[in-house]
Amino acid sequence: MAQGDVNTGRRRFLVAATSVVGGVGAIGAAVPFVASWNPSAKAKAAGAPVKVNISKLEEGQQMTVEWRGKPVWIVRRSASTLTRMEALTELLLDPASEKPQQPSYAANPTRSIKSEYLVLIGICTHLGCSPQYLPEVLPSEDFGGFFCPCHGSKFDMAGRVLKGVPAPTNMEVPPHMYVDDSNLIVGVDEESA
Amino acid sequence: MQKLIQWIDERLPIVDAFEKHMSKYYTPKNFNFWYFFGVLSMVVLVNQLLTGIWLTMSYTPTGEGAFASIEYIMRDVEYGWLLRYLHSTGASAFFAVVYLHMFRGLLYGSYQKPRELIWIFGMAIYLVLMAEAFMGYLLPWGQMSYWGAQVIVNLFGAIPVIGDDLTQWIRGDYLISGITLNRFFALHVVALPIVLLGLVVLHILALHEVGSNNPDGIDIKKNKDANGVPKDGIPFHPYYTVHDIQAIVVFLFVFCVIVFYFPEMNGYFIEKPNFEPANPLKTPDHIAPVWYFTPFYAMLRAVTVPFLGLDAKFWGVVVMGAAIAILFVLPWLDKSPVRSMRYKGWFSKVALAVFVVSFIVLGVCGALPADAQPYWLAPVFTILYFAYFVLMPFYTRAEKTKPVPERVTS
Repeated sequence: MAQGDVNTGRRRFLVAATSVVGGVGAIGAAVPFVASWNPSAKAKAAGAPVKVNISKLEEGQQMTVEWRGKPVWIVRRSASTLTRMEALTELLLDPASEKPQQPSYAANPTRSIKSEYLVLIGICTHLGCSPQYLPEVLPSEDFGGFFCPCHGSKFDMAGRVLKGVPAPTNMEVPPHMYVDDSNLIVGVDEESA
Repeated sequence: MQKLIQWIDERLPIVDAFEKHMSKYYTPKNFNFWYFFGVLSMVVLVNQLLTGIWLTMSYTPTGEGAFASIEYIMRDVEYGWLLRYLHSTGASAFFAVVYLHMFRGLLYGSYQKPRELIWIFGMAIYLVLMAEAFMGYLLPWGQMSYWGAQVIVNLFGAIPVIGDDLTQWIRGDYLISGITLNRFFALHVVALPIVLLGLVVLHILALHEVGSNNPDGIDIKKNKDANGVPKDGIPFHPYYTVHDIQAIVVFLFVFCVIVFYFPEMNGYFIEKPNFEPANPLKTPDHIAPVWYFTPFYAMLRAVTVPFLGLDAKFWGVVVMGAAIAILFVLPWLDKSPVRSMRYKGWFSKVALAVFVVSFIVLGVCGALPADAQPYWLAPVFTILYFAYFVLMPFYTRAEKTKPVPERVTS
């Protein structure tokens, strides 16, 4: 509607159009500010996935790699170890890995993709000490696993916590995937890759 | 002097501003004890700005240097210990006076029409204050700094779909690191204080537009004398400026006793694990926030059952967020025809008492380990906390109020 010689319709259109263009510009200008909060190239490099060759790992052996400042263990379990683990259900707090301490593909009793290989973050879920690998027998038990020297928490050969120890949950399984039969990547999996 | 003032006034309306906000700002004459906490929060704000600026002069915002620089301030910088304790105790004092200031609002209906915007600006200030306190607590880079930040940042991870990317974006790394520390420092010392000061200005401008409420909840502008001055009003300056100095002196006395003799308040102002440097591989036994966050932390933990296919942690975050968000809409929940608790019915009085008790009980719950309290305690008081707000439209409308007098009572 025109008022005197002022065309208010056109004025409203111009105000709206200028606002929209300005708004788009503001969003564009916000991109660098928002993006600069993402992990920097340096942080990304420091937190990059780690490739591990597991072909030389013998049955019963443990190896340790570092990923994002944490020790990651890879243990090759023998068939007899896996059989022994099946009989432990009664002694464990979370035998079927129901608590979210592992990616979905490791939420099974052996807590692994390939039951032969265990991939575990080597930090006790109680207060963050690093447990010892005792493949033969844990103190006052008749099976092997991981024993935390700080406060006596015990975990079986799948990092599942025993009942009646200070640690509240199973040890954490990091995201990982197999590239081929002898190579493993820790820190990335098929879901995120 | 007069000439100088005149010279400036011709170029900048300083006389006008002084009259509008001080010498001709008519304030109800019946202010009581509860009306001290607004000005006291200003005093604490000045303390935080001043000591904060001085602390940045000796502080190093890096993962490697932060913890050591705090010890350097405490041991080697002249009066560094005092500046730091004034700042750390000031944080707790800030929340103490702000909580009492907010309670005053609840007590006398200071959020009711036409003061809704004052209340909203005030709530925004409270929100920024919480962000300031949270980010500031990371800076000493002690164990509780680190793990407290870890817990709070991970709350965002509970949001479905975007959660994990969002936490990574906030941290700028795959774990809380020096990168996170550095950006929290920037926000704590530059960005948020600017926002805070802007909000304080808005809070006061909005207040001076409509005028202060009072313990009777009466509009003093309805009763003016021949000169247009409210009969129950007195100029803010000199009456309340002088009056407030008294309160400031008493406050500073108490504040200094704490700063000099109980700066850690037995682990409630500066928690004990914070005297150990941050260690990403070692979680403290019991992670608890500082006392002013514990009621909300208790509500976060109170939710332990999953719902609608989303896990309990997410609903805990929702409940905690709602506990703060609901305060913003308070002006529209109170349907009472009267403002002050003096003239509201017994239901409002009981409701406010239950609310205060809930807040305190939740505060205690949040400070204790989860397994050191009855499992029903925090959930029950969380429900009572929300009941105060959710039921307010009903009980304020239904209850019988007392008649409000024409003039303020003394």
